[in-house]
Parts: sequence; structure tokens; C-alpha cells
Amino acid sequence: MWRRSASFILDKRNDTGARPDFVSLSPPQTTASTMADTLQNPNAKVSAYYQTRAAHHGVVTSDWLAQAQAAVGKYSPESDVRSSSSAAADPGSGKPFSVIDEFNNWRKQPDLAEAVAAIRALAAVIRSSEATTMMELEIELKKASDSLKSWDTTSISLTAGCDLFMRYVTRTSALEYEDFNSAKSRLIERAEKFGEISYKARRIIAMLSQDFIFDGCTILVHGFSRVVLEVLKTAAQNKKLFRVLCTEGRPDRTGLRLSNELAKLDVPVKLLIDSAVAYSMDEIDMVFVGADGVVESGGIINMMGTYQIALVAHSMNKPVYVAAESYKFARLYPLDQKDMAPALRPIDFGVPIPSKVEVETSARDYTPPQYLTLLFTDLGVLTPSVVSDELIQLYL
Amino acid sequence: MEPRRPSRAVIDPKVRQVGFITPNAPPQQPVRTQSYPPESNSPPLSESPASNSLSPVMIPPPRHLSDNLTAYRTPAVPVPESSRRRAEPAAVACSYDPSESLFGTSSPAPSPLASSRLVVDGEFSEESWFKKSDSAKFASSFPGGGFDLTTVKNVGVAAAVAAKKPAAVSGNEKSKASGAESKNELPSGSGSKTSKVKMTKSERRSLQESQRAAKGGNKSAGASSSRAAKQPQQKKDAAPAPPSVAASEKKGTDRPPEKERKKDVPAPRMQFDDKSRVEKAKKRAVVNQTEVRNRVELFRHLPQYEHGTQLPDLESKFFRNDPMHRAVYKVGLQYLAGDITGGNARCIAMLQAFSEAIRDYTTPAEKTLTRDLTAKIGSYVSFLIECRPLSISMGNAIRFLKNRIAKLPLTLSESEAKTSLCLDIDRFINEKIILADRVIVRHASTKIRDGDVLLTYGSSCVVEMLLSHALELGKKFHVVIVDSRPKLEGQSLLRRLVANGLNCTYTHLNAVSYIMHEVTRVFLGASSILSNGTVYSRVGTAAVAMVANAFSVPVLICCEAYKFHERVQLDSICFNELGDPQAVAKVSGRGDVNYLGSLGNKDNLQLLNLMYDATPSEYISMIVTDYGMIPPTSVPVIVREYCRDQLWI
Repeated sequence: MWRRSASFILDKRNDTGARPDFVSLSPPQTTASTMADTLQNPNAKVSAYYQTRAAHHGVVTSDWLAQAQAAVGKYSPESDVRSSSSAAADPGSGKPFSVIDEFNNWRKQPDLAEAVAAIRALAAVIRSSEATTMMELEIELKKASDSLKSWDTTSISLTAGCDLFMRYVTRTSALEYEDFNSAKSRLIERAEKFGEISYKARRIIAMLSQDFIFDGCTILVHGFSRVVLEVLKTAAQNKKLFRVLCTEGRPDRTGLRLSNELAKLDVPVKLLIDSAVAYSMDEIDMVFVGADGVVESGGIINMMGTYQIALVAHSMNKPVYVAAESYKFARLYPLDQKDMAPALRPIDFGVPIPSKVEVETSARDYTPPQYLTLLFTDLGVLTPSVVSDELIQLYL
Repeated sequence: MEPRRPSRAVIDPKVRQVGFITPNAPPQQPVRTQSYPPESNSPPLSESPASNSLSPVMIPPPRHLSDNLTAYRTPAVPVPESSRRRAEPAAVACSYDPSESLFGTSSPAPSPLASSRLVVDGEFSEESWFKKSDSAKFASSFPGGGFDLTTVKNVGVAAAVAAKKPAAVSGNEKSKASGAESKNELPSGSGSKTSKVKMTKSERRSLQESQRAAKGGNKSAGASSSRAAKQPQQKKDAAPAPPSVAASEKKGTDRPPEKERKKDVPAPRMQFDDKSRVEKAKKRAVVNQTEVRNRVELFRHLPQYEHGTQLPDLESKFFRNDPMHRAVYKVGLQYLAGDITGGNARCIAMLQAFSEAIRDYTTPAEKTLTRDLTAKIGSYVSFLIECRPLSISMGNAIRFLKNRIAKLPLTLSESEAKTSLCLDIDRFINEKIILADRVIVRHASTKIRDGDVLLTYGSSCVVEMLLSHALELGKKFHVVIVDSRPKLEGQSLLRRLVANGLNCTYTHLNAVSYIMHEVTRVFLGASSILSNGTVYSRVGTAAVAMVANAFSVPVLICCEAYKFHERVQLDSICFNELGDPQAVAKVSGRGDVNYLGSLGNKDNLQLLNLMYDATPSEYISMIVTDYGMIPPTSVPVIVREYCRDQLWI
């Protein structure tokens, strides 16, 4: 009998290394040293993306948060040193500037999305570049974006944001300028504009989605998404009367944080445990979720549990709306759940788990496009099939 | 990220072509084929909102009408590069000799040329692309009704001439030119009231009458000529009888509203259930095929011939000195005998034969290369169609080639033009087929993981390359090859894969539902992908895809982008190919199972051997193409962005 899926092996291999971390979460130096030469986030066992999110708005056990923050504090300088040393090793760029440094600085702002932080960091690269030709500048930029991407391979929006930035900035008429400095200033201008647009994307999405929230509706949200929060906040400011059901969002319980935020806005909120979604689906009018990444098929990759909510909503004919900025559009095409780079996340079960028991630590799942109704993006309200249209036009 | 869009628009202005585009239409064609007239003061681009806003059924004002007519009439002018020449009004004036432009008998030289090309264009499109029986369906599925092959046929040469126009004819120049033309233009009967006539009305009428008479007295002139315009036969017979074409064209110009009405109807394909047309087609055919007697009711419109009857006859003619080039003749025979199968192989063989024919080509005296060569290629194509119906990929390749011929700069000498065409053909083969395959293999192999069980159906060369590539990458996987009678193409694939050292399982289509639960990926090839995402492929593919979908196994289609087509097809009936019916009835080498041996010619037995089927897009998870991995919903995007001008390169 053939094995159905190779992911079983993969999971197992990752588990053996990852389980000890659950208790202490001190990253094992052994694994870090294996990939020391690739400029990677040293704590590779745990998705850096989710670490940051937890650091920004986790309501999780405080010790985990502290450890996560400690991990960020402890390892970011190290990687900075490494990256700057590697930058120093590069011929022609003997400057102390580091993208990752810049990126982490930007990232500290909780309201700034990771991709926007990356975009700002890349803009800073152009500004501080000492290149004298366009080609040199482009190579430098490419290197910077590659190091950013490899710093955290699990973050889809980081990768997609870097790619988009490269596309947007380098695909200009800058080459038409004879003078290098004016070309460079044009690039910086474009980069800043792009950063600005990306920053404003959330507002645009919030405005677009107002037409879909009607008085008296009940909205189910899953996890904590800054875009979804912005949408609901705008709706509340527009004096719409609606009710929100929040899932708990295990394991980092991000739903609790969202419910706190909504309670502050005087929106009626009800908390559900994740498994109560089907139970409460009949009183729901629409499902609103954010996305870690929007893939080429028009499906989304999002926090674990989105897929099953979408399935339940689909079977009960409730619309599923996704709010996602366009810098999350990624050139990925997962065919099934296991066809993605795994992003792992520690799970705190509260009790010790026997070592023989396996734990599924994947942090996200893939929701195929047929279960999504509409995507609210800063490009407009799109059906899932348009995503690929946009991506093709952008990348080809 | 709003600002990307303007920048994108600046880089590459989008021509969103909605609905059907004529297969042989050049980029500018929409202006001509659209039922509304191009406004002389509007920008030359067809997508200008001004011209789009006109209603398709609107009866144009007289001035525009004459413009419009000019556009249609241009074909009759034996000037290949009319737009260039228009810069010199004098040249235009003399080239618009009325007798010539009417295919008058006084100057026969240009008309056979033009009409024979007409044949080519019309026939190609009819044979391979469209179906008349479903014309209503097609028409309704294309909003805007801008597409019309009937007119294209009427003005087939117009299309060709328009193709030669450089893309950027400034509106200014154009309007001037059309103004100049309309002066020289014949007043076309009732529709146009231009008074500057070189021929008197009575002269014109008598000429018309004689043309009608020439067309054959069996039909009443009024009704039949409008009908005749739609008949493919008309086109096919056009070469021997050019006046009839002229008459039908004349008719078209006489009654513009009617012509516009007809535009909603796509051009007919050759319908093989129409006896009179089939008879006519036979008279003209190089290949004498005998038709099978008992044909399945639903598929009567498709050609079906007795197998193997004509091959010896043709083979004997091989060394005779006939108009067909030897390379083309050889390829045709190979198609007929089934020596070359598979979309890519057929397409490459055809292109190489054309390349050889072009190399040996010399322009006859008093002819231009562009027009004569197009006609020549057209006759080759119709010969190949007689041997075996074209696949969509071959159709696309032919469109490409014709487009390149039409776009040849006039300044090139004959040898230069020939070299450039041969280079173009080589580039097409290299970039669109060979390199595309490599890119597809690279993309698709990222979707094969260790421990996967891959299923494939029949034999697709891309899938075979993919499997060998994945094996080279050291991936560990198992292959299930599903096969079906009567072709059993999977066996040759199986043989090669097993020789490579792959783990394989071989089974027949009957067992697919049994094997499917062990499968993790299904990789399939395709003959063509249509713009609604329907995959047109070897018969049985749809069954495999449906079973895979039922087992929620992802189905990946590997297909080069040159096989994409903007047509929409909902079933496998209206466009298909019939194989040898005896192949279904007889199992070769097995005397004990030939129960039907004696029943072969019974009237109440109808054998059906379909070659292709259409897989609806909902059963397909992904299409792997040379532009990357796309969902089936994005096929129109690729068609729109890359296959638009049939430029391909």
C-alpha cells in the first residue's frame, strides 16, 4: 500500500526536533548552526511570522510572550550582526546598514504590517545605497530583498511584499533618465509611494467593505486580523448595528484580543470556542476573515481553522468574505493542505503531553477558492478567480 | 496598490477583446468585422470607446457607410499594402479601377488570386473552427456579436489586407485615406448614395446580373446569394468560379443592414451531414475518401471516412508533379496513415513541412509574395485537413504563420522574406513548443513530492518529460498509467518509463475508480484548452478527471500556451473527430472476441469511435503552462494577454 502523502514524514522529522521546545522554547542552537550560513532566522523551528504576531497582540500565556519577546530581542541582534558582516563582505558596500535591522525597527510598530515594514526597509536600502549605477543598485536591492525573504521563509506576506516591491520599483521608466541621481530619486519616490499605498490599503479595504455590512447582521470572525478589525471599526463608526461572534483562536487565542478591541468599541461581541462554529453558524449572516496570503488560485492561506469555518459556511450557504491587502498576493499554488511550506507554532495544552503523542503544530491552513465568496482588497472587491488575473498581469 | 495599474497601462495598453475573434483576423480586424463602421475621425484603434459605443445593429450614416464599404471593398484591390499606398492618392486612384474591384472579367489576373486566397481563409476557418449547427448557440454566447465569420469570408481578403497594415496608422492619415478612397469607391447600389460614379447604374446592374447568372440558375438570385454567402461550399468552389464570390460580395455590399444582421452568426464549418456540400467538396478534394455508411446520428456533421482506402492511391501519386509540395504531401500522408500522432508532433511536422515548402517557393511572375504565399499555405492546409482534421494547436500555428507572412515588410526581397519566415517558424517551434515544455516540466515537478502516486492517462509527451525529469531530480514516486482501447497509447509510454526504471502500474480505464483512492496527483495532457477552462483532450480524459475529482485528488493539466483557444465549448459533440469505427468493433489479434465481424455493414449498427472529449473546468485543479501555474478560470487571461494578436513571439 502506498503512502498517501509525504507530509507525514516531513511532520515527523520536524516534530522530533520541535517537541522539546514546547516547554522551554529556548531555540536549540544545534538546528540554528546547521543553517547558520544561510542568513535565516535562527529560531527556525517556530515560524517567525507567528512569533511577531504573538509579540504584537498575543493574549497568550504571559510566560510564552515573554519568552517570545526574549527570543526576538536575543536573536535579532545576532542576525543583524551576521547580515551586516555578510554585507560588509560584499565588495563595494562597506556600510554598516542592514536591511534586517531596518526591517525589525519598522516591525516593532504593532500597527505596521510585516510586508509594509519590509517595503519601508527596502526603501531605506535605496536611500542609503552608495551604488553608482542602476545595475548596481538593482543588484543591491535584490540582495536585500533576498536576505529579508530568507530571514523568515514562513511569512507569505513578507515574501510577496518584497516581490511586489521589486516589481513595482524596478519596473519603472527610471532607466530612461540619463542621470543616475535623478533615476535614483525617482526610485525612492516610487518606493515611498508604494509604502504609502500599502500602508493605506487597510483603510481602502475598510471603506470598500462597508457596503456589505448591513444593520442587524451577525458576523463571524476568526482569529485576529488587523484588516478585519479596521473593517469592523469603520462599520461601528458609521453607526451600523451589528453583532460579532469571535472564535477563540487557539492556540495563541487571538480571538480574545479581537473581542477586547470590539468591546472597547461597544460592539456586541460573543466569544465561541473554535469548535462551536458549526453550532452557531445558523445565526450568522456572514463570515469575515483576514489572510496571511492570497494564492494564485484565489484561495487563501490563513490561521488554522479558517478552512473548516469556510467549509461549514459553504455547506450552510453563508458568504465568506476575506479582507486582504494586495501585497499579500503570492505566487503560490498549493494543491492541498500539505502542499505548503509548513509554518509551525508551539501549542500549549496546559498539561504535559506524553512524548509518544504527536502534535499537529501547523499554524495555518489553505482554503480553496470555491469556499470563498469575495475578497476585499485595495484593488477592489474581487472574486477569487480575479486574483490570478492580477498576478499574471503583474508578474508576466 | 492602485498605481501599478496606470504604470501597467502605460507599458502595455490592454486590448481586451471580448467574445469571439476570428481565427484569421489580424489585430485590426475588429474594426472591420464589427458591425459598426469605424469612424473616420476616431483613433485607429478598434478599442476606442467612441467606436465601441455604437450599437452593433445601428444602421450607419451614409458617409460612414461608404467608409465601411471601403473597408470591405479594399480586398478586391490587388494592392497588398493599401495603407502604405494611400499616402499617394494617385496610386490609389488607378488601383481602384472599377472593373478590377468588381472582379470584372476584363481583368482576370487579380481576381483568381484574391479569390483563391479567399478560399484558403474561409476554408481553414470553416473546417477547423466553427460549427454551423450550433451557430445560434455560439452567437448567443458571444456578447456584442462583434464576431462574424460570414463577413470575414465575404471580405476575407479585406482581412488579409488589413493584416498588412502597420499597427499605427494615424487617425489623421487614415481618415484622409478613406476620404480619398470613398471618392474612388463604387457607389454600391441602394445602400450608398455617393454620386461620383465611374460606371453607370445600368452598366453595374448588367454586370451584377451576369454574375448572378454565372453563379448558377438553380437558386433564385435574391435568397440564395445571401444564403450562399454563408456556405462554405461557396468558398471552396470559389477558385474555379470567382464571379460567384464577387456576386455574393457584391450582394453583401448592396444591403449593408442585412450583412450586419448576419454578423451575429458565426461562420459555418463544413457540415458533413449536408449532402450537396459534401458532394461539392469531394469534387475538389485531392484525397479521395470513401465515407462510412452507418454513422451515428449525433455525429453526422463530422467527417468520417473508410479507413485506409485512399492511402495506396495517394502514395502512388507521391512522385507526380502536382501543386502540393512534397514535404507537405508527405506529412499529409503520415497524418492519414497515423504515423504522426500527438498534438506537438503533428504541429512540428506541419511547421517543418511548411518551412521546407517556403524555402523552395518562388513567387510567380506578376504576383506578390505575401498574397501568393498565403494562398499557397492555405491550399496546403486544406490538403492537410483532408488527410486529418486540424487540431487547435495546428490552427494556432497556422494563424501565426499567416500573420507573419502578412506582416512581412514590403521592402524585403524574396530570399530575405523566405529566410525570415523560416526563422520565425523555427522560433515558434523552439519557443512555443520545446522551451515551453521545459518550463512546464520545471513548474510541474515542484508539485511532485516524495511518496506521491501519480496517475496519467494515455500518452502525453509533456507528462512523459515531466515524469522523467522528476525521476532525474531523485524524487521517489509511483506512476499509474491508465489506458484505454482502441489506441492503447499508454503502452508505449509505459514501456519507456519502465525502461527508465520508474515504478509503474498499468491498468485500463475500467479500473480507474478502483485505483484512484491510492493516487495523490493526476497529471494529464491536453489537445487544447478553451477559454472557459474546458480541456479538450483524448477521449477518456474527462472520465479520469471526474473520478479524480470525486476522490478529491488534484488534477493537473500540462499544456503549452499555444494550444489555448478563445473558443468556448460546452460538450464534446459539436466539435470532435471521428476515428476508424472498425477499431472499436474489432480487437486485433483476437479472433475469439470478434463477435461483430460479420455485422460490420448492417444498417442497424452504428459504430462510434470518438477521438476527443471535453472536460469541464470544475474538475481541474490547475493548469500548468509556460506562463506558470494557473487556475482554469485564468485561461481567458492568457488568451487575452498573450494569444491576442496571434503574435505568440
